[in-house]
Amino acid sequence: MNAQTPAALSPYSSSAGKASRTETHTLSVLVDNEPGVLARVVGLFSGRGYNIESLTVAEVAHAQALSRITIVTTGAPETIEQISHQLERIVPIHKVTDLSLLDGFLQRELAMIKVRGKGEARTEALRLGEAFRARVIDATTESFIFELTGAPKKIDDFVELMRPIGLVEVARTGVAAITRGPQGM
Amino acid sequence: MSKTMTGAEMVVQALQDQGVTHLFGYPGGAVLPIYDALFHQTKIQHVLVRHEQGAAHAAEGYARSSGKVGCLLVTSGPGATNAVTGLTDALMDSIPVVCITGQVPTHLIGSDAFQECDTVGITRHCTKHNYLVRKIEDLPRILHEAFYIARSGRPGPVVIDIPKDVQFASGIYQPPKNIQHKTYHPQIKGDLAKIKQALAMMAKAKKPIFYTGGGVINAGPAASTLLRELAAQTGFPVTSTLMGLGAYPATGRNWLGMLGMHGSYEANNAMHDCDLMIAVGARFDDRITGRLDAFAPYSKKIHIDIDPSSINKNVAVDLAIVGDCAHVLEDMVRLWRSESLSADKKSLADWWSQIDRWRARKSFAYRKSDKTIKPQYAVERLYELTKGRKTLITTEVGQHQMWAAQHFHFEEPNRWMTSGGLGTMGYGLPAAIGAQLANRDALVVDIAGEASILMNIQELSTAKQYRCPVKIFILNNEYMGMVRQWQELLHGGRYSSSYSEALPDFVKLAEAYGLKGMRCSNPADLDAAIQEMIDSPEGVVFDCIVDKAENCLPMIPSGKAHNEMILPDADEDIGNVIDDKGKMLV
Repeated sequence: MNAQTPAALSPYSSSAGKASRTETHTLSVLVDNEPGVLARVVGLFSGRGYNIESLTVAEVAHAQALSRITIVTTGAPETIEQISHQLERIVPIHKVTDLSLLDGFLQRELAMIKVRGKGEARTEALRLGEAFRARVIDATTESFIFELTGAPKKIDDFVELMRPIGLVEVARTGVAAITRGPQGM
Repeated sequence: MSKTMTGAEMVVQALQDQGVTHLFGYPGGAVLPIYDALFHQTKIQHVLVRHEQGAAHAAEGYARSSGKVGCLLVTSGPGATNAVTGLTDALMDSIPVVCITGQVPTHLIGSDAFQECDTVGITRHCTKHNYLVRKIEDLPRILHEAFYIARSGRPGPVVIDIPKDVQFASGIYQPPKNIQHKTYHPQIKGDLAKIKQALAMMAKAKKPIFYTGGGVINAGPAASTLLRELAAQTGFPVTSTLMGLGAYPATGRNWLGMLGMHGSYEANNAMHDCDLMIAVGARFDDRITGRLDAFAPYSKKIHIDIDPSSINKNVAVDLAIVGDCAHVLEDMVRLWRSESLSADKKSLADWWSQIDRWRARKSFAYRKSDKTIKPQYAVERLYELTKGRKTLITTEVGQHQMWAAQHFHFEEPNRWMTSGGLGTMGYGLPAAIGAQLANRDALVVDIAGEASILMNIQELSTAKQYRCPVKIFILNNEYMGMVRQWQELLHGGRYSSSYSEALPDFVKLAEAYGLKGMRCSNPADLDAAIQEMIDSPEGVVFDCIVDKAENCLPMIPSGKAHNEMILPDADEDIGNVIDDKGKMLV
């Protein structure tokens, strides 16, 4: 999703002189579901040169008109702290939680994977699909569409296995994430 | 108190209820209903600018000199896009402004209608928040909320885009109540435990410094008073950014002068060598820090700011206190006294004698001349001759702005209005008009350059119409001086397009606008001429012909540290100071 390469380090850059470690963090952002709120969030990332690896958004509480945006981003820890603070400045944002700083959280993604093939390739695809607990949601004599839910890594692995068999295309939802345990965000 | 009225009437009623006295604007098709509503009332004075950028800067000048929210009204399309520079300026300098824009009727939005533009899309990046009002029912809430957001927390500009059909629609107006905003609740009080920790660090410090910024001004006059008290209690030196000038008085005992790229030698060296930096409402901007990996290398840093995103943005700090400067300073002053804390007086005395040695370099000195007017001399004389009056200074952007900051000395907050963050040429004249309207009793001077002033020269007409006796004091060196200086520094003195050719005759220009025009080129005549300008009851354009080749020094060259300043008496050819890496910077 349009990951930007960081500009060449200048003496004015905050990471000048520091070995910056790149980390991947998952942020949960609770927002008012009003026109333009997604543009504000995405505009912040593009305007300030932050990365977006994955972004999902959907309404989660209709009565209060609240949506939840889940963003997976990469950057140095101080950059990610900045991202959280910059997000908090956006007026219709209720809360920003960096899930990666918490004890534990789950992330899941749904993917639909179209595979084309006949004979041995076809049975191999089905076998692997079963091993990954993927569901077949469409089938023709020369293709399958698998539906697979899991952590992003699991989907990556499955897609890689399908590639030599006859991968046609993949549609992924992006990551949704939630903390473990009884507490909400 | 709720009453049925049209959207346009609601706008005017809400502005009145929010205490708006002056509305800067320019009419057009999409705001005609609001202009009609304005026609029927007398509480708000509408100030007709000559370009919408002028409206935005005038609202800024009004806000900065009065502490109130500045307000402007412009039409859709070009009206809104012309205001964008001023809105961005207000965002960068944290100035509370509410901008009302007209929009084509809701059913035409998205059809590329005449004078349509995506105002909320365009201004999303240059406002603190913005609204497109789709229903009349939302309008009263949005109007009041906009003022709340503009002035609360870290202030900034807010745009309300109102389609023409919403202006005509009828609805029920609600007066402002104590707003309980759903999401926006900036933290005002600082964490007491952290404040105590800060005071303990201050009591132990051997080479402390207060580094203060525009946040102290924005926190209201009480913050400046408290800063003065804390500086007196602790005996610590105080420096300030361009934005914060006046919070601590320039005649105060602990004052080191401005810091940063064109700051004083003593302020920058004290920042470099300090062991404790207390940043108050300042944001570690690149003009201030210079080379970041050599920034105050021996120091612990405390940062007090109302905006959590300012903390650790450019410089990592040891202790962060999120809160309004006035509240935090109040706690600090109170606890320093009640806990009977005291500074390390012996170390502090050594620190001050070191500072005095730096000060002895007299870094703002310049070669005097009796043939040409040195620009620094002109500012110095203006300062001397306006002392003791309530004088408000605005500036444009460039060398003259830095000379004004160096040589005009401010005793009070809200007296100095300059475009710091965005660096907008053309800011000073409209800002002066806004400041004059908010302070009818004050002497308002725009210290300008001959290039900058031309960027919003049309506002002379506004000054004339509203009888604003603003004084435009042009340091005319026939160059975009700062550009010329950087071309000398970086590009071998090849002055590509920086000569102000084909300049107008500023005296005749002033007269053409119905103002008084003056010119002075002889240092011997300068005092009398400045006095004549001050004494004039009308607006004056003063064309002060100054030395063409003067550079603005001292200077931290780009890519260098605080202790690597070029001083005015450097024998080094300034064209050789900046290395290749520094040339990449702005």
